Amino acid sequence: MSTLPSMQVALDGAMPDMGLVEAARRRLVVRDSARRSIGRRRAAGRAMQAICLIAVPIGVAPLVALVIATVSKGAGAVNIGFLLHAPTPEGVPGGGISTAIIGSGEIVAYAIGLAVPMGLFIALFLFERPGGIASAVRFSADVLSGVPSIVIGIFTYAVFVERFHHFSDLAAGFALGVLMLPIMVRANEEAMRTVSVDLWEAGVSLGARRSRVARSIVLRGALPGVVTGNLLAVARGVGETAPLLFTVASPTFAMTLLIFNDATEPFPDAQQTAWGTALVLLALVLILSVCARTVAWTLNRKTR
Amino acid sequence: MKRHDEVTDPAGNHSTDSRAHVEGRPGRLAKESKAPADRPDPGAHGAAVTLEDVSISFGDHIAVRNVTLQMPAHQVTALVGPSGCGKTSVLRAVNRLHDHTGGAVRGTVRLGSLDVYGPDVQPEVLRSRIGMVFQRPNPFPTMSIFDNVISGLRFNGVRNKRLLREMGIAALHNAALWDIVKDRLSQPAVRLSGGQQQRLCIARALAIEPEVLLMDEPCSALDPVATAKIEDLIRHLSGEVTIALVTHNMFQAARVSDNVAVFLLGDDRVGELVEVGPTDRVFDTPNDARTKAYVTGHVG
Repeated sequence: MSTLPSMQVALDGAMPDMGLVEAARRRLVVRDSARRSIGRRRAAGRAMQAICLIAVPIGVAPLVALVIATVSKGAGAVNIGFLLHAPTPEGVPGGGISTAIIGSGEIVAYAIGLAVPMGLFIALFLFERPGGIASAVRFSADVLSGVPSIVIGIFTYAVFVERFHHFSDLAAGFALGVLMLPIMVRANEEAMRTVSVDLWEAGVSLGARRSRVARSIVLRGALPGVVTGNLLAVARGVGETAPLLFTVASPTFAMTLLIFNDATEPFPDAQQTAWGTALVLLALVLILSVCARTVAWTLNRKTR
Repeated sequence: MKRHDEVTDPAGNHSTDSRAHVEGRPGRLAKESKAPADRPDPGAHGAAVTLEDVSISFGDHIAVRNVTLQMPAHQVTALVGPSGCGKTSVLRAVNRLHDHTGGAVRGTVRLGSLDVYGPDVQPEVLRSRIGMVFQRPNPFPTMSIFDNVISGLRFNGVRNKRLLREMGIAALHNAALWDIVKDRLSQPAVRLSGGQQQRLCIARALAIEPEVLLMDEPCSALDPVATAKIEDLIRHLSGEVTIALVTHNMFQAARVSDNVAVFLLGDDRVGELVEVGPTDRVFDTPNDARTKAYVTGHVG
């Protein structure tokens, strides 16, 4: 007992200090517990690690399988002509999907034109004017992002197509834009929140107007997140089918519709086209995702 | 073990080596500086920290080089010097925090006679013997005040409710926080003021009854009143636990430390230890010209 740390100190003094004796006892409790439990704690840690390691391949496997299937079934169909030629009627060889690519591009362009600026302004409002209205808007955005895309499609049909008796890419773009908007708003707002209040205050204290700080400090700081979030939202929108069902005149005017249409036809040619289109779409989404990462990475580097 | 006895004596009676020669200041810690020669293995009575030729690098960048330093048991050793000269890196080498940040530690670090980077050392068990307090108060925001204090005990497998309560209360007393928080132990820790949060973090570190307390500029985010309280606490605790204190503030080093280790940036932008010794001696009659310039530049 005399080798105990605090006992030693206590014995040096005139009389034993009960506080130090207690401290020594507590120290023994912790050391003992740490040593006795380390095996159990390590085992629990390893088990957790194992679960995580198992979860990763299980989660990634579907993606890998999907890519392999699409590539193996679609690669045969894809060539330059496939991308550049218009579809041909059933039985006529040499058709491509150029109309669908152009149509999808147009639709997405309209959607971007609508959703990107709106998403930025709404997010700026949420950031700059917190309060009851902002909360309500944020809540609506969350609800909207949960609305099934088919419902957005039928709504657009009622508002545009039925009223003007006209299918159009513009209507389809509107439907996609409505679908992408809430994702963009929330991504933008999250990105703005990563800009610290200190920087905002530094800007304001220099005499800048709020709008100037919003532009030069908040938006600039949030840019990597904003670009990434918007690109990912676009990637999400490119692949949507349901909003287009009610709004696009012909399945040959949008890639997703073409896939749906041709895949359900009995002809091998059509099915081959469907897989080829699926591969093109997949590649497009992949490119968008890579762009999002690259842009974010480059912008982040610049500020360091 | 034997090697350890050669290089360090936590009570500081190894007078042939000026670096190891450390005395308690007059009127303070008299017990510690008195008749230390008959002490048994220093490791057995609250260990000192020993660094032998320690270099720390991050990738290609060497943060600090060839540090040889003893931190005597039950005393406060201040690590001072300008920013970027490796003080914090040295501190973090003691409890192996560099394991997680990609820093490479070369040389030997000892806790008592234990080789901190030895092959059989389990970092978790090692860290249960060392407390750490960070620059900014960092109580766990999802825990109550009391749960913060006993979190380290829980992490180390203490489950007995009565023990947890008793040890948590003792830690709060030791951190001079009991009277302030005794009526709101179950409130969220983040409701405390900054200074109180920092003392809570000290209580949290003390609850595991560490042999060594590492403090990384614990007052840099605090006002003078809160700083004074922390400094009082450091003085009070030094009798029971070995304290390593990183600080920018030369006055603080002079006020609370028994020994001071001065780090500076070398010509090649690598941090190095230029002088170490009893605080009074280093401040009054520094051996090294660079120390003198630094010390007088800040103090005089």
